[in-house]
Amino acid sequence: MDKILPLLRNDARASIADLAKQASLSEAEVVRRIKVLEDDGVILGYHAIVDPQKVARECVAALIEVKLTPEREGGFDRMAERIARFPEVQGCYLMSGGYDLLVIVEGRTLHEVAGFVSEKLSTIKGVVGTATHFRLKAYKENGVALKREQGPQRLAVAP
Amino acid sequence: MTLNKHIATHVRDIPRSGIRDFFEIVQSMKDVISLGIGEPDFHTPWRIREAAIYSLERGHTGYTSNLGLPKLREGIAGYVAKNFGIQYDPKTEIIVTVGVSEAIDLALRALVNPGDEVLYHEPCYVSYSPSVVLAHGKPVAVPTLAADNFRLTAQELAKKITPQSKVLMMNFPCNPTGATQSLEELGKIAKLCEQHDLVVLTDEIYSELTYDGAEHTSIASLPGMRDRCVFLHGFSKAFAMTGFRIGYACAPPILTEAMMKVHQYAILCANTMAQDAAIEALESGANDVAAMRKQYEARRNFIVTSLNDMGLPCFRPHGAFYVFPDIRGTGLSSREFSLRLLETKQVACVPGPAFGPGGEGHIRCSYATGLDQIKVAMKRMAEFVAEVRK
Repeated sequence: MDKILPLLRNDARASIADLAKQASLSEAEVVRRIKVLEDDGVILGYHAIVDPQKVARECVAALIEVKLTPEREGGFDRMAERIARFPEVQGCYLMSGGYDLLVIVEGRTLHEVAGFVSEKLSTIKGVVGTATHFRLKAYKENGVALKREQGPQRLAVAP
Repeated sequence: MTLNKHIATHVRDIPRSGIRDFFEIVQSMKDVISLGIGEPDFHTPWRIREAAIYSLERGHTGYTSNLGLPKLREGIAGYVAKNFGIQYDPKTEIIVTVGVSEAIDLALRALVNPGDEVLYHEPCYVSYSPSVVLAHGKPVAVPTLAADNFRLTAQELAKKITPQSKVLMMNFPCNPTGATQSLEELGKIAKLCEQHDLVVLTDEIYSELTYDGAEHTSIASLPGMRDRCVFLHGFSKAFAMTGFRIGYACAPPILTEAMMKVHQYAILCANTMAQDAAIEALESGANDVAAMRKQYEARRNFIVTSLNDMGLPCFRPHGAFYVFPDIRGTGLSSREFSLRLLETKQVACVPGPAFGPGGEGHIRCSYATGLDQIKVAMKRMAEFVAEVRK
């Protein structure tokens, strides 16, 4: 794995100069490596991690368990890709266990999410059943705990 | 009543710590970025904290065996065998202590007769010389030099050995310099120790924190050395468990038994729930240690480049979380540099002489501080150095 990657995953906004110092590389080399990572699709994007409870805009999220009948020649992939294309879908994963796809959907209102499930998702040929779980409260997003823990209490100077 | 005359002479004569002095000044100031802290800035990994909570819930609130919980000693034996290649019997050769500090005290008190000479390299951890004095020994410093990247050389060590020499204390990776030893030099030092029948106390508390793929080798793992070494290690640095106060000493049974005599009467046993937490650390903490080491390494890269760029030369240390730059180019003493940096730029470092007179001309900067803070501190230091040089 390129050593720039963990540095960017930790802070995608770090400047080229800072990344170069942390990785002991030249700035030109850092720029080159980032371009390779982007061109190869290793880095898919750079996004802010937002506390949904602190955003004024109403936002409803749901996890939807989807059961599918796999297609001949397509398996689950073609149907999953079709579902993932909807802009409401934030995440889409093939799962082991009691259902096939886990679909994460976001919308402005409960009504909007419910409408997507009943009108779009359930009507797709091959979708056998769905179970929708609405998110009530978030505690951690993308590895970041929403309740910030203070750093450990330390002496100002210690041996 | 003036109590001063009642204070034991050898205690009275120990000078006040240079760090404590500085700490009080820093504490009285606001908005200081401190690069003066010798402990991790990471929380103890949650699974380890959770194990301590569970220990209390289960009511593990009594004493343990003097040597420490058998399960912990077994865990330590396995860890030391796997990571250092040294075999110790958990029943008779391992003692769990209140941090490595206690283990050093035990070893010195178990070994030193009044007047015996104890060698150690300097600059070094602040407690080394006082611990020797408290054990009624005579501390003998062996200088390490910036030109050697602060390695201890057999050549310098040989110059200080006398018929009274009994013990050599070593700490690599080193606080405050970040120095590590080469296998070749360790071999030469080991040979000297055999020739002069020295016991080696090897404090390897920073051994997990080595960078650039550098392999840490313990002197106790060299042929014939196990039986003249006390291997000292603990959980504070690698597992970010400083406040748990758990260290350990591994040594042949006769020496462990002697240390045990001091430990059982002075301490009885190390904290029970902290021992439970340490078991968890050994069983499942490796990934957390690796993640912290990665962050330290990136910070080290950043701080070493920044310091050299601003004209404070320092070598690229392969271990611990300290850099020890040379500040002589500014024309200031270590203390003047640190005080003026603190007053004008609110950045705290520790003056080199706090770690022995050989530290003059240097300051210790700890990178056990978040990268965002280090970035600001480096910017302010660069301004300071430019202003001083004008």
